[in-house]
Amino acid sequence: MKFAVLVNEGPYTHQASDSAYHFTRSALSQGHEVMRVFFYHDGVNNGTRLTTPPQDDRNITNRWSALAGEYDLDLVVCVAAAQRRGIVDADEQKRNKKDANNIADGFRISGLGQLIEAGIQADRLVSFGD
Amino acid sequence: MSEEANQSSGQVKQFLYVNRRAPHGSNYAQEGLEVALIGAAFEQDVVMAYVDDGVFQLKSQQDTSDIGTKNFGATYGALGDYDVQTIYVEKESLEMRGLTEDDLMPLVYEDEDDDWEEKPMINIVSACQLAEIIDQSDVVLNF
Repeated sequence: MKFAVLVNEGPYTHQASDSAYHFTRSALSQGHEVMRVFFYHDGVNNGTRLTTPPQDDRNITNRWSALAGEYDLDLVVCVAAAQRRGIVDADEQKRNKKDANNIADGFRISGLGQLIEAGIQADRLVSFGD
Repeated sequence: MSEEANQSSGQVKQFLYVNRRAPHGSNYAQEGLEVALIGAAFEQDVVMAYVDDGVFQLKSQQDTSDIGTKNFGATYGALGDYDVQTIYVEKESLEMRGLTEDDLMPLVYEDEDDDWEEKPMINIVSACQLAEIIDQSDVVLNF
C-alpha cells in the first residue's frame, strides 16, 4: 500500500506526532511505501533541530530525521504554517532576511500543494491530530 | 504547483474537509480553510463539512476587532470563486448550539452549467447523512 501521512500537532504536547512516527515506521518496516509525511498546523514544530528534550525522554525531531535517513523518507513542512511559527530553512532565512535557520536534517519546507499531491497520489492519506 | 500535481497524476479525487472547531479559539479553522482553497486550486473536487463547534465558523457577522485577531470570515466567501460548490452543515450540531441556517453566512457559487446563476452552497444534513458523505469521499482531512 502507498501511504501518505499528515501530522497536525507539535511534539510533546500531543501524542499525534508519536503515533504518526510509530505508524510510519511500522508501515515502512512491513514493506509499504510512505511517499510523504506532511507537517501542518503546529505539526511544523516537529521540524526544528533546536529541540532539546531531557536525556531520559525520546527526541521526537531526531527520531524523524533518523527515519528519513534510513528510508529516504520525504518529510515536508508547510511553508505558510512554518513562517507563522518560526520554522526556517536556509532559503527561507535568506528570503525573509532572518538571522538564523532551524530546520532539522531530513526535513524540507514546501507548499500546501505537496499535501494535496500526496492526497491524490497515495492510496491512503492517514491524518494524526488532536 | 497545480500544473505539477496535475501532470504527475491527472487524477481528480473528492477531498472532504471536516471542520470541527470554533473559528477563533484556535487556528485550525483558518489553516483548514487555506488548505481547502489550495486543494480547489489543484482542480480537485472539494467538499466542505462543518460539525460540532465547527458550525460556528459559518456564523454570519463575526467581528474579531475586540480580540485583536485577523478576521478571516470573508475568506469563506472565496470558496465559491474557487469552484467549491458544496458545504454540508450537520443539523444536530446546529440544533445543539441554538443555531439555524438563517444564522449562517449566505454562501453562494455561480453554476457554470446554468448560465452562471448564483446558487446556495450550504446543505443541512443529518449526522447519518454526513457519515455516508465521509464514507464516499476519497480523501478526508479533519481540522
